Amino acid sequence: MWYLCVFYHRLLDYRKPEFESLADLFGAFGDKGSSDPHSQDKALQWRLPKGHHPDSPFHFVHLPSEDIARNIANRSLLVKGIYELWGEGNDYEELEEAVKSYPDDRKLPYLTPGCTFKITVDSFGKVLSLQEQNERIQGFSYIPFKGRVNLKNPDHNFWLMETDAHETNNGLPPVVQRRIFFGREVGVAGRKLIPMYQLKTRNYLGPTAMDAEIAFLMANQAQAAPGKLVYDPFVGTGSILVSAAHFGAMTMGADIDIRVVRDGRGPDCNVWSNFKQYGLPMPIGLLRADNNLPPWRPGLKEMFDAIICDPPYGVRAGGRKSGGRKLLKGIVGPYTVPDDKRADHIPSTAAYTLVECVHDLLDLAGRMLVMNGRLVFFYPVLREDGYVENHFPEHPCFKLVATSEQMLSSRYSRVLLTMVKTSSYTEEVSLAARIKHLEFKENHLKWLENGNLHSSVFSPADTESGDSKASKESKPKYRGKYV
Amino acid sequence: MRLLTHNMLSSNIKGVANGFPLRIEVEKVVEKEVEINHDFLRNIFPKIDWKALSDASRIMGYHELPEEPPEPSVLEADIEFLRKFHHALLELHLEEGALLCPESGRKFPVNKGIPNMLLLEDEV
Repeated sequence: MWYLCVFYHRLLDYRKPEFESLADLFGAFGDKGSSDPHSQDKALQWRLPKGHHPDSPFHFVHLPSEDIARNIANRSLLVKGIYELWGEGNDYEELEEAVKSYPDDRKLPYLTPGCTFKITVDSFGKVLSLQEQNERIQGFSYIPFKGRVNLKNPDHNFWLMETDAHETNNGLPPVVQRRIFFGREVGVAGRKLIPMYQLKTRNYLGPTAMDAEIAFLMANQAQAAPGKLVYDPFVGTGSILVSAAHFGAMTMGADIDIRVVRDGRGPDCNVWSNFKQYGLPMPIGLLRADNNLPPWRPGLKEMFDAIICDPPYGVRAGGRKSGGRKLLKGIVGPYTVPDDKRADHIPSTAAYTLVECVHDLLDLAGRMLVMNGRLVFFYPVLREDGYVENHFPEHPCFKLVATSEQMLSSRYSRVLLTMVKTSSYTEEVSLAARIKHLEFKENHLKWLENGNLHSSVFSPADTESGDSKASKESKPKYRGKYV
Repeated sequence: MRLLTHNMLSSNIKGVANGFPLRIEVEKVVEKEVEINHDFLRNIFPKIDWKALSDASRIMGYHELPEEPPEPSVLEADIEFLRKFHHALLELHLEEGALLCPESGRKFPVNKGIPNMLLLEDEV
């Protein structure tokens, strides 16, 4: 059945991927236990209201049941509400026609004398005064409501939504056209998650702690749920694991910096206290480990249902890997720490480029994820001419199912990539990874010099700014809403 | 550090042929309650090295696990067994101590429940 889905008008790139991931989690694509990952190209059918632009908050989506629709709406961060549409039109006459011709067997069960109801008026692209809202509600006298009105906690909530074209945006056509929708609410968002978990009040923060809203979006992309084990190889202060734990998953994390993971800032200000703050179950394992040389036993694989992380891009926080700087540059040979110093020695680490970091992450995920498990991570990209280069990392075990861009500055964005494991981690894949790992090690210096994201982001603007300004104007975009 | 984590770790020092399982040196064991999830236990069971888990649980002071791995059917039917498996895997916590490489004897310290698996410069 077709439902009207109204999104919050923000993080536009993230809306549909989140919706589709949740739809999959709640069984919209049939048998969840189906082990064939290639079974069908799991995608929902979407339609736009007449005259609306894809960036519009209003979309029609086809879902197999109302339960699924409600589950998606309740868990989603970006869905404002899902409605069973009783009618739509360009003006109130058309709307009345449409509602009157909507089948009675879909309407009457919600109009019975025993139940309570309420009509809410909402608008997008215009403002309706309280008086105007009341007039519109009175206009529905043709619907045979038999129950009583209850404004606080009605059994059924009906929504009247008016959209209108507001002033043009940047010379761009408006996102919506004039259209009126009337429908029965099936599910609404629970946005109170965000004020509850916001970083402002978080106990233990680090410079790259993940924003609460984005952390929940990541957990939704990864389909975190009770009974699943989620891993973050760059756990830091645990901000991503907190959102996975909120949705009931068991969590585990590692970090190369032992101070962040073990000590925190004190006995009441560390990763554990972040979970305690929200009454969430603690991670079942935290360890200090290097993703470049992970401590897993040989033969260990397919342990995690999802890997969710934000790897270091080398812009605001650089990654580190084992093997001192001078060692990798070939300046000194490996040195042996004297026995009496071995216990407290903190091994030196070297710079870990993004390329190698992502290679190791994909290798880890390929090996340690169950089949159909999800890898969700942020990947930084430079924006040239207002356009993002689409060269995302690839791996034989994975299929890329979603990319969502979040602009960080005019120079660069980060894209949330969602990959599903569709092939097993064979000997061949493992061997190729080992060869690549050695290649990185041999050519450490060369990798350091090339592809340094930090300098591209922070270098002074190009002197040919005249050119780039012109091209910016030629390709306008609804920039604000992609943030 | 729980035994689930211990079951996943090995000593990957250069030159060591078999670094699993790590021997446990106990200084402080704590029991922390974790909510049981039968599906999770059934899913994770095939991936666990049973002998390592069973031996480790004994060192931590818990002697209820059988030495031989049970038949998978036991997991479906025997709730009491699942309870014991859950307890050994997730509720025994090594707060302070060390993990020792079975070949070289090198100690990986465990402090505040967190094992430090980082290799030194000459072990890489």
